[in-house]
Amino acid sequence: MHKDYDVAVVGGGLLGSAIAWGLGRLGKRVAVLDEGDIAKRASRANFALVWVQSKGLGMPAYTGWTVRASEAWGKLATELKQQSGLDVALQQNGGFHLTLGEDEYAQRTQLITRMHNQAGAADYKMEMLSAAQVKTMLPLIGPEVSGGSFCPLDGHVNSLRTFRAFHTGFKRFGIDYFPEHPVSAIARSGGEFQLSTPQGEIRAAKIVLAAGNANQTLAPMVGLSAPMGPTRGQIVVTERTMPFLPHPLTTIRQTDEGTVMIGDSKEDQLDDRTLNQAVNGVMADRAQRTFPHLARLNVVRTWAGIRVMPRDGFPIYDQSETYPGAFVACCHSGVTLASNHAFDIARMVADGALEPDLVGAFSARRFDPDNAASGSGYY
Amino acid sequence: MFKRSDQDTRPSVHIVVDGASLVAREGDTVSAALLASGRDVRRLTAVSGAPRLPYCMMGVCFDCLVTIDGVGNRQGCLVPVAEGMRIEIQKGKREIGR
Repeated sequence: MHKDYDVAVVGGGLLGSAIAWGLGRLGKRVAVLDEGDIAKRASRANFALVWVQSKGLGMPAYTGWTVRASEAWGKLATELKQQSGLDVALQQNGGFHLTLGEDEYAQRTQLITRMHNQAGAADYKMEMLSAAQVKTMLPLIGPEVSGGSFCPLDGHVNSLRTFRAFHTGFKRFGIDYFPEHPVSAIARSGGEFQLSTPQGEIRAAKIVLAAGNANQTLAPMVGLSAPMGPTRGQIVVTERTMPFLPHPLTTIRQTDEGTVMIGDSKEDQLDDRTLNQAVNGVMADRAQRTFPHLARLNVVRTWAGIRVMPRDGFPIYDQSETYPGAFVACCHSGVTLASNHAFDIARMVADGALEPDLVGAFSARRFDPDNAASGSGYY
Repeated sequence: MFKRSDQDTRPSVHIVVDGASLVAREGDTVSAALLASGRDVRRLTAVSGAPRLPYCMMGVCFDCLVTIDGVGNRQGCLVPVAEGMRIEIQKGKREIGR
């Protein structure tokens, strides 16, 4: 027995969930094909920042795309709350990247200058603040803090609750979610795609590949490419404490429930089953030099997770030329960009065409030998 | 709710709970002393503020969290009482710097 869909989204992480939810919101019949609980989900390795500052060096379009996402997040949080009753605790009152010592301050200043000088980038009002200026906003910083950069557009969210809100929304929109349905092959005939899974075949008029690192093997099945590699990150979580941190930092944030999250490393080692305690030690040491009172708190959890990293750090969105109706979406910042995925990418998939003015710069064609450029979407 | 055994002849240990003097016995854990005191020693949880008492008494459930000698979030069931120990019933999240 087959049930046919307008769109099958391959991948039920934060990226696939946002796109699927957005398609359901537009009244499409949607199936989400997911792996099982043992999948190496980037969605549980994230640090939950809705982050703008310092993104886009080397690709001004990414700055604009990120600012757009930041601006649309409030609408997403509101719609999720109305639909699911879940408060995703979005807070967007600006965020810091703090520096320890004069060398780091100088490096950060240089980065900000390079970003400001980049032609065509959206102005997101990132500025350097002295330690004294930072202290007026974050009174508990320690003496080693030399200052930092502040961007008023930055924020954070409860990403696990966001994930749950999307899945609650699936039910409301009548989206069919299929766990334990890894896709092994994709065929196209009779104007529809056939997706092979161990649980049988799923058929849909369009497909969106949003399977994180698995996109590398899925994309070539439909004439697309997704050059990327996984990276590994660790996060340290403390016990709950009274609110002390009114703004999120790149590497420290306090959740709405009081825990302090300390992140986030970036490692090349790709085994997420063990922790590198030396890395945790550096992260915890920097956190307590930034806020000395954190040294008193107990650590209650630490974990390692695998994240997605397109080859140059920037997102990839493409529609196949040889298999029209097949789309691919990859990105590192699945939390920050969730609003764009839910509203913009979903709309474009529903309409059958990516909009060049919004996402033309993110085609994987930029990796063609003739178009090679350098840069980094991350930091 | 709890009554000490008449055969318990252990020496007394004097502690202070929320400013009030209390006599415990040598070998009591903080949680046992609080439960035996007859006082209202309910803490408030960190997120919802629900009232809780020590429960498992063996270090697992974390419902005995208490401030001991100025340090928050101690597991009262794992800490033996000591002469002069100052205990505060913790209301909500651990305080900054404690």
